[in-house]
Amino acid sequence: MMDAGIEDNSNHDFSGYDVRVTDAAQNGDTFVYVIKSQQISSDTEYRVEREFEDFEWLHHCLLTQEGVTGLHGIIFPPLPAKPGTSLSNSEAKTKKKIESLAMVDDWQMYCRALEEYLHLVTAHPVLVKNPAVHSFLKHRELPLKTKVKKGIFNKLTQAVEELRKEHHKDIDDFFQNERDSNLTLTAFTKAAVEKFLEIVLTEQKIAIACGHFSTALHLGIGQDDDPADYAFAKMCLKLSEVLDTVKKNFEKVAENDLNTLGFNLELHSRFQDAEKEMLFRRTCKLVDVETANKNLGQAKPHKKAAMEDIKKAADKEFDEISGMAKVEIQRYHRERVRAFQKALIELELAATCFCCSSTGWLSLNSSVQNNYIQNCTVWN
Amino acid sequence: MADDSERVPPPFPESEQRETDPADGESDEDSDDFEGEDIFTGNSQPSEPKKDPLPPAAPTTTTTTSSNTKTNGLHSDDEEQDIFAEATVELALDSPLNNRKREPAQAKPSAPGPSLTVTGPSTLKPPPAKTFEELEEEEEEDAFELNIAVTNPEKVGDGMNAYMAYKVSTQTNLPMFKCKTYTVKRRFSDFLGLYEKLSEKHSQNGYIVPPPPEKSILGMTKVKVGKEDSSSVEFVERRRASLERYLQRVVSHPSLLQDPDVREFLEKDELPRAVSTQALSGAGFLKMINRATDAVSKMTIKMNESDIWFEEKLLEVESEDQHLRKLLSVVETLVNHRKELSSNTAMFAKSVAMLGSSEDNTALSRALSQLAEVEDKIEQLHQDQACNDFFILAELFADYIRLLTAVRGSFDHRMKTWQRWQDAQTTLQKKRENEAKLLWANKPDKLQQAKDEISEWESKVTQYERDFERVSATVRKEVLRFEKEKAMDFKNQLVRYLETLLHSHQQLIKYWEAFLPEAKAIA
Repeated sequence: MMDAGIEDNSNHDFSGYDVRVTDAAQNGDTFVYVIKSQQISSDTEYRVEREFEDFEWLHHCLLTQEGVTGLHGIIFPPLPAKPGTSLSNSEAKTKKKIESLAMVDDWQMYCRALEEYLHLVTAHPVLVKNPAVHSFLKHRELPLKTKVKKGIFNKLTQAVEELRKEHHKDIDDFFQNERDSNLTLTAFTKAAVEKFLEIVLTEQKIAIACGHFSTALHLGIGQDDDPADYAFAKMCLKLSEVLDTVKKNFEKVAENDLNTLGFNLELHSRFQDAEKEMLFRRTCKLVDVETANKNLGQAKPHKKAAMEDIKKAADKEFDEISGMAKVEIQRYHRERVRAFQKALIELELAATCFCCSSTGWLSLNSSVQNNYIQNCTVWN
Repeated sequence: MADDSERVPPPFPESEQRETDPADGESDEDSDDFEGEDIFTGNSQPSEPKKDPLPPAAPTTTTTTSSNTKTNGLHSDDEEQDIFAEATVELALDSPLNNRKREPAQAKPSAPGPSLTVTGPSTLKPPPAKTFEELEEEEEEDAFELNIAVTNPEKVGDGMNAYMAYKVSTQTNLPMFKCKTYTVKRRFSDFLGLYEKLSEKHSQNGYIVPPPPEKSILGMTKVKVGKEDSSSVEFVERRRASLERYLQRVVSHPSLLQDPDVREFLEKDELPRAVSTQALSGAGFLKMINRATDAVSKMTIKMNESDIWFEEKLLEVESEDQHLRKLLSVVETLVNHRKELSSNTAMFAKSVAMLGSSEDNTALSRALSQLAEVEDKIEQLHQDQACNDFFILAELFADYIRLLTAVRGSFDHRMKTWQRWQDAQTTLQKKRENEAKLLWANKPDKLQQAKDEISEWESKVTQYERDFERVSATVRKEVLRFEKEKAMDFKNQLVRYLETLLHSHQQLIKYWEAFLPEAKAIA
């Protein structure tokens, strides 16, 4: 394992990263993910092991970093939901509602989600400059972290505020439109993800049923002395084979669906949430500005100067946020469309590929079946 | 045959081994291909002299003149591999696949020697026994042509007295029928009536009379009431298909076909209403009571089986019955899952459509709407495949479960005949003892009567014994015929099923390929 030396802060290289989450191993109660990364400009490859808590730490660092103008205007790449233990997975399944990829029993999928998160972070022009990213990817041990407690208290106050501020009318049309469309898109995307994951589940169920069918066909194969029985037995075997192929096909289709459109939709849905959060932050700032203006207007003369300062600070922050937000939004849409396109194309290609291969096999078999069974019955 | 020398066929023992190899996940096609090849190879070993070479679809062709069976079998295996190699290369093209499918179907190598017609994927049930069987079974098949179709379910009448009338069309060139074609209207109880008549006359002689489809009070009530929903439509379609299969089975039975009742059923315009088939009638109750007494007597008869063949066959029938029931339940699960998939796909299509309509980016929006349409079509495809699963496989299994009951029935009748013979023998014995007693008691007038009775019973015993022999022979013949027919039936249905699978896969490809340019056009 390559141990990266502690690098000097001033030597940070801000070129792009190539990050891979290659493995997930269970370590007691938690999972440990192996992350390999390499900066494009350098040749050294780093390998670290991280737990989900470390990801949360990284996320927290990004959210609270200092010295970045318009920090609140950034759409932060969303972290995948916390992976449940296998117990909660089956519970979720009995609830028959799948809300996130974490509940689909596929660790490869989850690793990919984490990898995507790291990609998004390292591809973001502002976020990649955060030293925490650097530490995360290269250092053996992370600096002592204060446990990030997402207190319930925080959530409650946030919820109350949200209701008040969410519907606050915006001064800028661009942003108002964005907020509205975000609202509708989020709802639709979530619905689409749910339905899509249900499709995947059903496909898996069909695969299992085909497997049962195939096994059941084997049960009746008894003595072969009677020629009619023999022919019948061979037919059962043939059908069983066909079903095995159908089963594999469905399994592959389900996997493929998950890997392409499923993954994309789910990420998309989380990203919508992140955008919503960003817009909300901006709206809060807007409220602050308006409050500051109002206060300034109402202020007693001896407090006027102080209010003036507050107002100026609020205005400045608001402008910074709006500036950053605009850039972010445009970037986000570009990336989103591109990712969607990629997912759709991959979905299509893989679907056609599977269909072709099984079609080839099936046509071969139906013609073989025709001839072979005639020959079977010939020597009856 | 210089070509052939290039492809050295794998030696037999190896290929047998490969048969037992579990198919590895990776190169699915290859391993599955081998399995297919192996069954083929394993099969061709005891193959009989006249075996048609596979129509070569690969460019390197083997001449069809070879008469060496073993190499034929092996070469066709190698050709399978070649055909398959073609398949993997030409993935993107639709037509070669279609061609390849049609080629084997259309290729009808004319076989030398006894008639061996290639029954390609047939939509109508093929004229039965247009094969080798004629030689073995002394059935007159050469001119045998009788096609039956049951179509056009129509609702006649209204309210609770309504019923469905089916059009039964017959096409034939058999001499016993006066015309070449007939079309009559029949209702469900007519079919049941036909079964009753045939069963009365023939099953006691050991014939296996095909049972009609089951009555369904719930299904029919829905139709009568006039609910036009999908389940009642499905019910009617299901019934129509099973009535058709029922008639086809009846006429493919050579002895039953001779029965005038069958001819009447097919020819006569108006049949007297078969009232005894009604569920809640006097005749119905009588039948139930008869069946109960039959069941009881069956339990008390302990047959001294002289011929093991029957015992073995009965056991086979029992295990087959169990097997079929298991298969049926598994297929039904599969059908349900497919239907579920179909509805899930429909819901997903809707949500994608909504997503697409609220999307700002026009190209993406269009692509998403396209995706919604593709998914809609796929939903229909899944629905159709579910129907195919059901109508082809599930109904097949259900039919044969019912037929096996009929088979068991014929065994039971044989037992009854035996019982009758044994009873007669016992009675004869008693009469003889009586005679002896009378001799001893010296009553000459009663003696004559006793002697008469004895001779009467002696002739009865002989007759019953002959009956038993006859019925046993019939049962034996019937069972063999049944098994052959079953193999043919399964084969046909299996081919049909494979074809539907193939078709749906090809459709899937078409839909997805149409989608690709839209997806590429984004941004």
